[in-house]
Amino acid sequence: MSDQLLQILDPTGRKVGPAPRVRREVLRRLLRAMLMTRHFDDRCMKLQRTGKIGFSVPNLGIEAVSAGAAAALDPERDWIAPSYRDFAMAFYHGVSAEAMMDTQFGNAADNNRGRQMPVHFTFREPVRFLSISSPIGTHLPQAVGIALAMKKRGEDGVCLASFGDGGTSSLGFHSGLNFAGVFGAPVVFLCQNNQWAISCPIDKQTASATIAAKAEAYGMPGRRVDGNDVLAVHKAVTEAVKRARAGEGPTLIEAVTMRMGGHSTSDDPSRYVPAELLAEWREKDPLIRFQRFLVDQGVMGEEEIAALDAECAEECAAAARAAAGKGRPALDTIFSDVYAELPPHLRAQQDWCIRHYSSRGEGVDEKGEFPL
Amino acid sequence: MTELTLVQAVNDGLKTKMREDETVLVLGEDVGPKGGVFLATEGLTAEFGEERCFDTPLSEDGIIGVGIGLALNGMKPVCEIQFQDFIFPAFDQIVSEAAKFRYRSGGMYTVPMVIRTPYGGGIRGGLYHSQSGEAYFCHTPGLKVVVPSTPADAKGLLISAIEDPDPVLFLEPKALYRSFRQEVPEGIWRVPLSTVREVRPGDDAVVFCYGAMVPVCERAAERIAEARGAAVRVVDLRTLLPLDEEAVIAAARACGRVVVVHEAPRFCGYGAEISALIAEHAIDAMEAPVVRVTGFDTPFPNTLEHYYLPDARRVVDALERVLDYE
Ligand SMILES: Cc1ncc(C[n+]2csc(CCOP(=O)(O)OP(=O)(O)O)c2C)c(N)n1
Ligand SMILES: [Mg+2]
Repeated sequence: MSDQLLQILDPTGRKVGPAPRVRREVLRRLLRAMLMTRHFDDRCMKLQRTGKIGFSVPNLGIEAVSAGAAAALDPERDWIAPSYRDFAMAFYHGVSAEAMMDTQFGNAADNNRGRQMPVHFTFREPVRFLSISSPIGTHLPQAVGIALAMKKRGEDGVCLASFGDGGTSSLGFHSGLNFAGVFGAPVVFLCQNNQWAISCPIDKQTASATIAAKAEAYGMPGRRVDGNDVLAVHKAVTEAVKRARAGEGPTLIEAVTMRMGGHSTSDDPSRYVPAELLAEWREKDPLIRFQRFLVDQGVMGEEEIAALDAECAEECAAAARAAAGKGRPALDTIFSDVYAELPPHLRAQQDWCIRHYSSRGEGVDEKGEFPL
Repeated sequence: MTELTLVQAVNDGLKTKMREDETVLVLGEDVGPKGGVFLATEGLTAEFGEERCFDTPLSEDGIIGVGIGLALNGMKPVCEIQFQDFIFPAFDQIVSEAAKFRYRSGGMYTVPMVIRTPYGGGIRGGLYHSQSGEAYFCHTPGLKVVVPSTPADAKGLLISAIEDPDPVLFLEPKALYRSFRQEVPEGIWRVPLSTVREVRPGDDAVVFCYGAMVPVCERAAERIAEARGAAVRVVDLRTLLPLDEEAVIAAARACGRVVVVHEAPRFCGYGAEISALIAEHAIDAMEAPVVRVTGFDTPFPNTLEHYYLPDARRVVDALERVLDYE
């Protein structure tokens, strides 16, 4: 079971598995989230290359995993504990490109108040999208705690934890899956197996035949899905969410995909990713097959898709322009939010800092370039 | 009022708060039916059920990680780490996660949790059941670090810690768990965080200390009083982060002669911070250099632990040095 690959659409968009019942509105939103991700991603690459933002993380090729999984969640009651490569989860639930760009720029409107690197998004509305941190794997046990709180209160919410193939080697993967199994926590563990952890290929990450197989040791089902098939991901995650809601406990899903860009804007993947492998996976692009399916099924016409595509491109470009003009966060945001209340020693440091820089005319309402 | 030991006062604090607030949960290794290896959680599962006081797998990273998740989602977890020595697998969760959630999310996600753990020497626990790791954690903005030294403070500080909106590391001096009893107020009893306690008045010199070193320093101050009539003030810092710096500076200024005592190693220990604070803010009032009495810069020994741990004699020697300094 755990070594079979669930597929509904083959790379050409032909149905090869039983068609899931997905509402047309959801299908359209899935496409929009994937297109938004692709354009946002592309825009961020350009912004980084021109020095406007310091960093980004390509989502190219893996959009279907994040979008398909997000569509299985109910934002009224569920939580997302995302990885940094899950832009489509935010887009699916209606986070605006501008809110995302604010974090990319670390500007005055950024939810994180410019305190984190780009791509470490935090949202509470319109969906609980847990603040991302850099250490790999730490959010897995946290997702279990979030889920356990709901279980203890008798709520039927679920927490989705998303992470990479590299993340399966982390301490948090083991403690997270182990605790979830023992407590029967309503968690869905979604491994985005994009074959690479920076330059480290999957066979250097684990000797296990599949990642899904690891589920067995933790006493939960493991599923393996074609991560470039948005309908397959959606189906697998929907079933796992259903199990979790029904009190049947956690599931591990391995979505097999391929990172088509670099690890980040600081990486040159041509030094280690074989060109033939990329060529092979280019044929399996998740957007091509999903668009063909939508057209074949009469859900959307080609012109309609082209119009949506153009709209997404424009929204991302406009978001970048808006975010670039917002200026930096105020100097006191260095000191706020360390604690609920500012302790005296931090107040003293804050007063000193503001006095020191404002006497030089710096740091106060500063608008400027982002040299990062 | 009832007379309780420090560990009973911790237990009483947990029970009192759990009765009042049903979001308070207790989790950790063996905290359930067994009541914890030191019996700090005795009777909790019986009274509140397994939903609210439960055993976890042997995984400190998991205990704190899951605790963080519970706190993120409306609960008030009190996680127990069986010995502070075993907290390091969870160091990442504490330092990178619990302490930074509020800051990194612009206040959108917060972690009101308590991590209780017995620390320190005196029970022949050797390298791995004796350490005082407070300095590692006091270097962590976003975290609070509390160390009680009496039963009444243990209960009052624990309740304040549970009610605090930020993560609190609550270090319990295991050497004092059953060393004496004290009257402890019944029901909800709070001791505010970030306040010091003057254990003993005096203005010839001041000793800053915390946890299991407090009674040691009291004895030293008594001996000095008997031997030479000097009045040595003893100040229990009780919250190490955020520290009541003003109180420390004021006491240093009032006395002019300072000794700092902790059982943790000296190098980069908490005493260095106190010394630096005084150097920066009260050097003009100092009549002698600050002297530190600490554990050695070695791992914690077993058979010879009583040579490692500061005792009243070592504190008396240090007090004599500062008192005799001209
Ligand atoms: C604990 C930790 N170690 C190392 C890193 C540096 N690092 C960042 S991403 C990464 C690879 C992660 O790979 P994977 O989990 O497969 O996710 P992907 O980037 O492929 O989405 C590494 C080693 C880190 N962030 N955290
Ligand atoms: Mg990867």
